[in-house]
Amino acid sequence: MINYVIRRLLYMFPLLLGVNLITFVLFFVVNSPDDMARMHLGQKYVTEEAVSKWKVERGYDLPLFWNDSQEGVGKAEKTIFFEKSVSLFMLKFGRSDNGRDIAADIGQRMWPSLAIALPSLIIGLLANISFALLMVFFRTSRLAFWGVTLCVALMSISGLFYIIGGQFLVGKLLMLVPISGYDTGFAAIKFLILPVLIGVVSGIGSGTRWYRTLFLEEIEKDYVRTARAKGLSETAVLFRHVLQNAMIPILTGVVVILPLLFMGSLLTESFFSIPGLGSYTIDAINMQDFAIVRSMVFLGSLLYIFGLLLTDISYTLVDPRVRLS
Amino acid sequence: MSSFGRYGAVQIAVIKRFFLVIWLGMTALLMACSGEPLNNPYSSEKQATSKVLYSSFSERPKHLDPARAYSSNEYAIIGQIYEPPLQYHYLNRPYLLEPLTVEKMPVVHYLDKKGLRLRQEASEEQIQWSEYVISVKQGIHFQPHPAFARSQEDNLLYHLLSDKQLEGVSQLSDLKEQGSRELTAEDFVYQIKRLVSPLTHSPIAELMKHHIEGLSDFEKTTEERYKKWQKNHKNGGFFDLRQADISGVQVIDRYHYRIRIRGKYPQFKYWLAMPFFAPMAWEADSFYAQEGLIEKNITLDWYPVGTGPYMLTENNPNRRMVLERNPLFHDAFYPRMGEEGDREKGLLDDAGKNLPFIDKVVYILEKESIPYWSKFLQGYYDASGVSSDSFDQAIEFSGEGELGLTQAMAEKGIHLQTAVTTSIYYMGFNMLDPVVGGLTERSRKLRQAIGIAVDFEEYISIFMNGRGIASQGILPPGIFGYESGSEGVNQYLYDWLIDRPKRKSLAIAKKLLAEAGYPNGRDRETGKPLVLYFDTTSSGPDDKARLNWYRKQFSKLGIQLVIRATDYNRFQSKVRNGNAQLFMWGWNADYPDPENFFFLLYGPNSKVSSGGENASNYQNSEFDRLFEQMRNAEDGEERLSQIRQLQEIIRRDSPWLFGFHPKAFSLYHDWYKNLKTNLMANNRLKYQRIDSELRNEKRQAWNHPVFWPILFIVLLFSLLAIPVWRVYKKRERETAL
Repeated sequence: MINYVIRRLLYMFPLLLGVNLITFVLFFVVNSPDDMARMHLGQKYVTEEAVSKWKVERGYDLPLFWNDSQEGVGKAEKTIFFEKSVSLFMLKFGRSDNGRDIAADIGQRMWPSLAIALPSLIIGLLANISFALLMVFFRTSRLAFWGVTLCVALMSISGLFYIIGGQFLVGKLLMLVPISGYDTGFAAIKFLILPVLIGVVSGIGSGTRWYRTLFLEEIEKDYVRTARAKGLSETAVLFRHVLQNAMIPILTGVVVILPLLFMGSLLTESFFSIPGLGSYTIDAINMQDFAIVRSMVFLGSLLYIFGLLLTDISYTLVDPRVRLS
Repeated sequence: MSSFGRYGAVQIAVIKRFFLVIWLGMTALLMACSGEPLNNPYSSEKQATSKVLYSSFSERPKHLDPARAYSSNEYAIIGQIYEPPLQYHYLNRPYLLEPLTVEKMPVVHYLDKKGLRLRQEASEEQIQWSEYVISVKQGIHFQPHPAFARSQEDNLLYHLLSDKQLEGVSQLSDLKEQGSRELTAEDFVYQIKRLVSPLTHSPIAELMKHHIEGLSDFEKTTEERYKKWQKNHKNGGFFDLRQADISGVQVIDRYHYRIRIRGKYPQFKYWLAMPFFAPMAWEADSFYAQEGLIEKNITLDWYPVGTGPYMLTENNPNRRMVLERNPLFHDAFYPRMGEEGDREKGLLDDAGKNLPFIDKVVYILEKESIPYWSKFLQGYYDASGVSSDSFDQAIEFSGEGELGLTQAMAEKGIHLQTAVTTSIYYMGFNMLDPVVGGLTERSRKLRQAIGIAVDFEEYISIFMNGRGIASQGILPPGIFGYESGSEGVNQYLYDWLIDRPKRKSLAIAKKLLAEAGYPNGRDRETGKPLVLYFDTTSSGPDDKARLNWYRKQFSKLGIQLVIRATDYNRFQSKVRNGNAQLFMWGWNADYPDPENFFFLLYGPNSKVSSGGENASNYQNSEFDRLFEQMRNAEDGEERLSQIRQLQEIIRRDSPWLFGFHPKAFSLYHDWYKNLKTNLMANNRLKYQRIDSELRNEKRQAWNHPVFWPILFIVLLFSLLAIPVWRVYKKRERETAL
């Protein structure tokens, strides 16, 4: 397995390089260094001189990919792509274009994101699996029919509606929790209740239907029939056998997103004014801050690759038949 | 016991524990809040007694360095911290400058080529320089700050921080020792040097190099010096600007300095009221130049050091920014005089009292307008704008078409304040374009015809909820030279009815269009329809209606309007290169002087030829000549007459469709006092007052939590559990087939 993990980690480098290259190309197709300078220097009285000074100071005066004015390796090295990308592989994110340390910002902003994402995931997972099991238990009954109908209805509502509706109902009408905001330490709890609740409720429809499908697939299998034939009750069949055997697809979905929980959610964080990482990238795109954009895309890809690796490893833990080689 | 029975017993026990935990949690929460509303986002503050103002920011300010900051959200913060030499009178209208950190209003002296003083009424040709001698008020101190902290041996304590000292420092407040010192003339001069420092990139550097004598030379020598310095200081450090002088800016003594301006430039006094010219202590620059602090995001751009009524004690752009009262703030008093009606409005209740009134201002990150609005209604924000989402809830039109508050708002004690902003949004014609540009009679008539057809009154009514006034010329209300009534009407596009302007009829527009060579929107020579191109950055679904509206306006004349939507970068570059034909653009006044608007059409400022602010590339020698006379004239009859002529020229030539001047609407609660719209002043906060007791009372009254729906939901789920339980039992009893 160690060989497998090492191989996967080595695959990571060309993948990340590719992601970096695509981000770079996409960003600079839309924005030129001149545009970035103008965005940072403001709207009024911006002169060409000021623009070129800004570019020189931040290293955006170099060619994008190839520098003919240099000799040998310098042709590739003295370019914006090389200078801005290599340090990322050493996890040195550097400074944003307006001078703030990106690593410090990420370090500060990932915890509020995690504070919402982790409870939402755990509570959501428990709720979804429980409802799915109930629906499987009552399958072919009216209860299951209305359950599925309700799930489809819940799925059909936009995420934004849950947020605005939740804020209106719980924060504005019932006045039980603050509508938005954040605080540090335990004081953060009252700000987290509503976003977590909304995160769970908005995911119940799709989550329950997904797990129900997994369980229904399992419940038709031979071992379940055998279990029933042994005289086990339906509850025991569901909890002891079906649930355990459905763990592989459940894990596939869950483990892969674990590392990405740090990255936060744009909508939730915007509406609840949670200072997380969700809006960090979007704000950077709006401000044409390439330093932040490339760091966040790099980090996202890295975490996703780790997520996939963790999923593979977790298979071996829940299913002894799986061997990584 | 069946297996489910076992599970069931376990589940019931779990449910019991769950409710127990919830109940305990709720009790604990209620106890912890000790009477505070549950939805209070500021429970850690002592609300009953503290004079705290709650405001928000949706986007972190890019710069807080007074040499770099230039946008309104940045000025909202640094306007309270940095104090330039002058300020605008808070209540007086028209806007009036008064001393802030200087003893008296600086008097300008004109000098000839030999440097000899001229009489005040000397002609422009004679004037080589204008000179201001500025007397700094004595006894003003900088806010307490680690940059000024000194050891017992009188050495600056934190200017050579070692790695060990930097350990555990993550924010400025981690450096415990603080100091201060008196403000001197040297600090004002130091800041002027910073405007052209190679480390600063001030947006007004180019403009000031043009006006301040010797600034350009100072920049060149400083840049050379900086390059040499860099070679010896690979790890950065403090690059001292004090080692060279600007020939036109000199320190006379501890409390006096002199600024020499090229030629005559009366508008310079307005710049002296902007943070660009606020004093900066060299100690602050030196302190923040330390690499160890820069690595921790502790820079002058994030932690300002000023003399103003407030100091920034917390700057977390990811969450909140906090201003607290500067304990060393000098004496400043609420104005004793205002304009007519101010006394009746209670704006002079605090006349003569010591400023500031508010102890602390908390700016909270709030990205969306909906939660902001809800929190404003709950009393957790003290003031609010009116977004389109909440417009109908807040504002209603009376039978006479007057705007006012809805009953629900009035019952809450909310007040409405409106003001036409000193800005203009216009549709520009690119005057270099072969179809719409040029100064021929034909092209003038085409532009005038379009000017009649594009009904900005309708635009304001449809897209702005009536929040704006259609422009009759380039000047917005509040600027010298603006004229209302029949004198101020654009006679090329409007007729004056008894009491209001009325847009000319479409028939006249069509006639003008025909005279321009496009009868019914078709080229007389080729017979082809006239197609015009409108460049815009709007492309989202929300903008569709607006763009369709533009199309419709042009189609009234039979002109086809093609929308060329693009991103902001491309749009800017099109305008810069003169490739746009028609475009919408705006301008917000830097200072209340007509020069700051008319210069947008001054030929030498053309965007294409000089990269200036004349985005239409309008060039009319008659206009340019008059503008040159008007810009340096003193306000008076002669200047007014020049302004009238300038307005007439641009109304006739129509390089712009003078779109509209937006109207700002703001709402504020009963407990927020001394609020008067002042579009020029940046330091308004020190005049404002909060009645925190009244606020606390109202918050308590407005925010009683409602628990019954939760109990109802619990009950509903319990009732639902009954049929579920029945089905379950039935299933359990069922036999296999």
